[in-house]
Amino acid sequence: MTTATDIDRKSLTEYLLRLGDTSLILGHRLSEWCGHGPVLEEDIAMSNIALDLIGQARLLYTYAGTVEGEGRDEDDFAFKRDVTDWKNLLLAEQPNGDFAATMVRQFLIDCFNVELYTSLSKSTDTELAAIAAKSLKEVTYHRRHSGEWIIRMGDGTDESHRRVQRALDDHWIFVDELFETDALDAAIVAAGIGPDLKSLRPAWDSMVDRVLAEATLTRPQTDFPRSGGRTGSHSEYLGFILSDLQFMQRAYPGMEW
Amino acid sequence: MSDLRDKKGYENWDEAGVARFEALLAAEEKVEPRDWMPDGYRKLLVRQISQHAHSEVVGMLPEGNWLTRAPTLKRKAVLLAKIQDEAGHALYLYSACETLGTTRDETIEALHDGRAKYSSIFNYPTLTWADIGAIGWLVDGAAIVNQVMLCRCSYGPYARAMERICKEESFHQRQGYEIVTKLAQGTPEQKKMAQEALNRWWWPSLMMFGPHDSESTHGNQSTEWKIKRRSNDDLRQHFVDMTVPQAEILGLTVPDPDLKWNEERGHYDFGPIDWDEFKRVLKGGGPVGRERLNARRKAWEDGAWVREAALAHAEKRRARRQAAAAE
Ligand SMILES: [Fe+2]
Ligand SMILES: [Fe+2]
Ligand SMILES: [Fe+2]
Repeated sequence: MTTATDIDRKSLTEYLLRLGDTSLILGHRLSEWCGHGPVLEEDIAMSNIALDLIGQARLLYTYAGTVEGEGRDEDDFAFKRDVTDWKNLLLAEQPNGDFAATMVRQFLIDCFNVELYTSLSKSTDTELAAIAAKSLKEVTYHRRHSGEWIIRMGDGTDESHRRVQRALDDHWIFVDELFETDALDAAIVAAGIGPDLKSLRPAWDSMVDRVLAEATLTRPQTDFPRSGGRTGSHSEYLGFILSDLQFMQRAYPGMEW
Repeated sequence: MSDLRDKKGYENWDEAGVARFEALLAAEEKVEPRDWMPDGYRKLLVRQISQHAHSEVVGMLPEGNWLTRAPTLKRKAVLLAKIQDEAGHALYLYSACETLGTTRDETIEALHDGRAKYSSIFNYPTLTWADIGAIGWLVDGAAIVNQVMLCRCSYGPYARAMERICKEESFHQRQGYEIVTKLAQGTPEQKKMAQEALNRWWWPSLMMFGPHDSESTHGNQSTEWKIKRRSNDDLRQHFVDMTVPQAEILGLTVPDPDLKWNEERGHYDFGPIDWDEFKRVLKGGGPVGRERLNARRKAWEDGAWVREAALAHAEKRRARRQAAAAE
């Protein structure tokens, strides 16, 4: 099934969890909007995107469980790890804030996901390639949705312009982390499983710049970028997400639902 | 037919219109938006369809409570898809309302300023995961009984919206029953959770069918106009007969000491409904009535700048395109 024999199981599992965790946490955040959106069509759209992301996480976790070979399933990964074992991007766990903050967070990750999954769909790991190909269709739609909203808000009213510019400024500190690499990434690249994340930046930049230009927004600068999510150094927010996410499994351990 | 002229609801009398309207009803054909219809018929439909639409929207809240706490990823996804369906139902229904000449914004404002109602059931809280099962099983179950009837309603757009909605509601009902089944077959803690949810949701579900036929204010007119095809009590009885055996299969006890099979009637007899509670909850006096309406108002008010931005951008684009075309 997989041709990735030249990488150890532990590394590949870890890599899959990095991907799955970002999808699940972002999907979880979006699901918090359900019933509270600015207009019904957006309740539907955000639920739809959340469903795609949660679906991606489930596929990635299930595959991670197979690779790891220790009998863990999707729910073990989601409900039985504490904060420092989570590997999602910091950007994904940021609070929803207003609709501008949610769409900016989404857009920055969507642009990254399109490049990432384009590349992963050509992975030498055929299972991951299949998951990526399916995900690519979804994230392409997500990027169109969030990108259109960035433009609408940037080019809408004074208030919407101000809000979306502020959201952009607030979230820009988390951008560098998307393209950060470590020894695990190097092993993944060497095995032909995934791309060098740094190589995704030019395409990401040009997509983001194109949308910001149409939205009449200013690309922010940042002196103090944040990072650490992929290796378990999270913001305080993640613990609160987990206390909701994991409540049932923690309060009623070992039961079937 | 001329005696109709003085009848309430027919103030916009039109000889040919009335004849055609009455003929459509008699032939079990659908009344369409372009057809003449009595003012009262239009008003009754707007009232009922908007109330139905608002129920779909407000109904997203009690279930949305548990999206972030669903016990497995699969349950989380299924619940999210279910609530997304309910938002879709609201859209169909607001559109059906628009065919009668009221915009979605007007309809929504009537909810927010308290002129329009929604189903009293959503003014009860979801306290445990079992409530999500109970809502699917009982609340969607009761909704289906009502909505299957409405598929035969005389107003075309409403009947067609109901047909689309019914298919999805029966999914929801099965999913809810499946959640409760899992609990009922589970540990003692899970069984307790399931029983308590049934205790909480049983009577409010029976109230969903509205007052007794003898008390119902809009019943007769609605039946004459073939909007309502079965009476409240008839629908409620159908629901009880359908649901009690489902509870028995699960080993759960319906919280009604008077409940027993009546061989002679071929139906279950059941105890008296607390109509004081019903009236109080319908008026917003339920355990979380104020919270529900405030949550909807807040979403609407917080979203105002977003809707304005979308309109402003669309207008700017239109103007730019026009300017480009003029060059
Ligand atoms: Fe999708
Ligand atoms: Fe519905
Ligand atoms: Fe439903």
